[in-house]
Amino acid sequence: MSAAPILEVRDLDLFYGDAAALEDVALDVGAGEIVAIIGANGAGKSSLIRTIHGIEKPRRGRILFKGQDIAGWPSHRVADLGIGQVAEGRQIFAGLTVEENLDVGGFLPRGRATRARNRDRVYALFPRLAERRGQHAGTMSGGEQQMLAIGRCLMGEPELIMFDEPSLGLAPAIVQEVFGIIEQLNRDGITVILVEQNVAVSLKLAGRAYVLENGRIVLSGTGQELLDHEGVRQAYLGM
Amino acid sequence: MDVETLANALVAGILTGMVYGLSALGLSVIFGVIRIVNFAHGELLVIGMFAALVLFRWLGLDPLLSVPLVAALLFVFGYLLQSLVIRRVAHLADHMQFLLLAAIAIAMVSGCLIVFGPDPQGVQLDYALDSFAVGLLVIDKTRLYAAIAAVLVAGLLLAFFKYATVGRAIRACADNYLGAQVVGLNVGRLYALTFGIGSACIGAAGCIILLLVDVHPYLAPGYTLLAFIVVIIGGMGSLFGALLGGVLIGVAEAMAAVVIQPSLKTAFSFALLIVVLLLRPQGLLGKAPH
Repeated sequence: MSAAPILEVRDLDLFYGDAAALEDVALDVGAGEIVAIIGANGAGKSSLIRTIHGIEKPRRGRILFKGQDIAGWPSHRVADLGIGQVAEGRQIFAGLTVEENLDVGGFLPRGRATRARNRDRVYALFPRLAERRGQHAGTMSGGEQQMLAIGRCLMGEPELIMFDEPSLGLAPAIVQEVFGIIEQLNRDGITVILVEQNVAVSLKLAGRAYVLENGRIVLSGTGQELLDHEGVRQAYLGM
Repeated sequence: MDVETLANALVAGILTGMVYGLSALGLSVIFGVIRIVNFAHGELLVIGMFAALVLFRWLGLDPLLSVPLVAALLFVFGYLLQSLVIRRVAHLADHMQFLLLAAIAIAMVSGCLIVFGPDPQGVQLDYALDSFAVGLLVIDKTRLYAAIAAVLVAGLLLAFFKYATVGRAIRACADNYLGAQVVGLNVGRLYALTFGIGSACIGAAGCIILLLVDVHPYLAPGYTLLAFIVVIIGGMGSLFGALLGGVLIGVAEAMAAVVIQPSLKTAFSFALLIVVLLLRPQGLLGKAPH
C-alpha cells in the first residue's frame, strides 16, 4: 500500500444471532486505491461492506476512517463522513423519478449545499440519466438502474465508494461500461472497494485484493499476485 | 324522492367526503411510510377538534383559522410519540404495536373525558346557517368552506411529498428501506417527521370537522374506523386513493341518509368496503401485491 490509509479495519467480528459472519477481519485501504474483496457466496463480502457502512453493528473491532473509529455508527453518520455505497441489487427508489432519486442521494448534510452542481456532474457523466430524468426509476433497464445507483451515490460526494456486485445481472456490454466508470471515478480521486463475482476482471482492476473465506481474510496481495496464485486460480477462476 | 333532494345530498356528500379524505390521508401517510397502523387515529382527530374548540372559546378563533396552530401542535405530538414511544416497539410483532397504540388511544380518550367531560360541544359561527343557492342546489356555507380547507391542506401535503426534498426522502424510505440506509438517510428521524406530518394532517382535519360536528371524546373510535374504511377502499399507501375513498364514503353516507334513513349510513360504508374488498382487494388506487 503506497498511499496513507483512508480506511483501516481491525479485529472485526460480526454475528447474526449466534452465527459468526465475520471473524477477526483486518484490512487496509489506501487513499486513491482500488481494493478488491473476493470470495465465494456467503463468505461475508456483503456483510463486511454493510458493517463498514453502519448497516450492521459489529460485535467487536475497530473501523478507522481517516483515523476516526466509526465502528457501530449509524449509516447516516457514516455516509456523511464521505463513505458511499453502491449496494448489491442497486437498491434504487423504484417509485421515484430519476431526478428525485438523485435529489434524495444529495440529502446528506455534506452534499446539500452543492446538490445542483453535483446533479449536473452526474448528468454529464451519465447523459442517459439526463434524458430520463422524469422517468420512474423502476421502469428503466438494469444497466440504467446501475448508472442511477452510482449517480445517486455520487450526489453524497463520497471519498470512498464501496461497490457490491456492480455487474450482477447486467449484459456484458454494460458490465464493461460499469467497470470503465469505476476506473474513471478512481482516476478522479475516489477510493474504491470492489466486491465482485467477476473475479478476473476485479483483480485486473484492483491494485490490491483480499480473499475472504467463511468470514475470515485468508489471503491478500496485489491484484496480479492473486491472479497468479494457484489457490485463487483454482477456486475463483476455474483454472 | 325528488332530484333536488338527491342532488343536494350528493353535493353535501362530496364536500363532507373531502374532509374524510383529509383525515384518512393522515392515516395513509403514517401507514404507507412507517408501516404502523395508527389505532389512535380517531383520538388524534378528537384532540385536534378539542384544540380548535379551546382556541375558539379563548380567542374566538374560527376553527378554519386555527388549522395551522393545531396542525403544528399535533405535529410536535406525533413527532415525539414516534421518536420516544412507537420507535421502541417497531421491531416487535404487529399485534404488539396494535396493543400499544390501542392503549395510547384509551389514555387519550380518558384524558379528554377528564378535561372536557362526556357531553357534545360545538362552535357557533355567525355563518353557520348561511348557504349558497346554485340552481337547484342549496350548499351550506360551513360545508363548502370545510371542503375547500380540506382540499387546500391535502394539496399542500401532496405538493410537499412531490417537490420538497424532505418529502422525497420520506417517499424514498417507504420505497426502499435498504436503499434509504445506503444513501445515508436518517431513517429514524424521517419516520418521526412522517408521524408528525401525518398527525398534523389529522389535526387539520379535526379543526375542519369541528365546523360540521360537535365534539365529544367517544367520537374517536368511530373516526378511527371511518378512516380505516376510507383508506382500504382508496388503496393502502395511495394518497390520492385516500381522497377518493373519502369522497366515495361521504357520498355513500349522504345518499343512504336521504334514500333510506340516516341511522343506516354506516351500514352503507361497510357495504361499500365489502364490495371493494371482493372486487379489488388492494383498493381502488392501490397497487396489486406482486
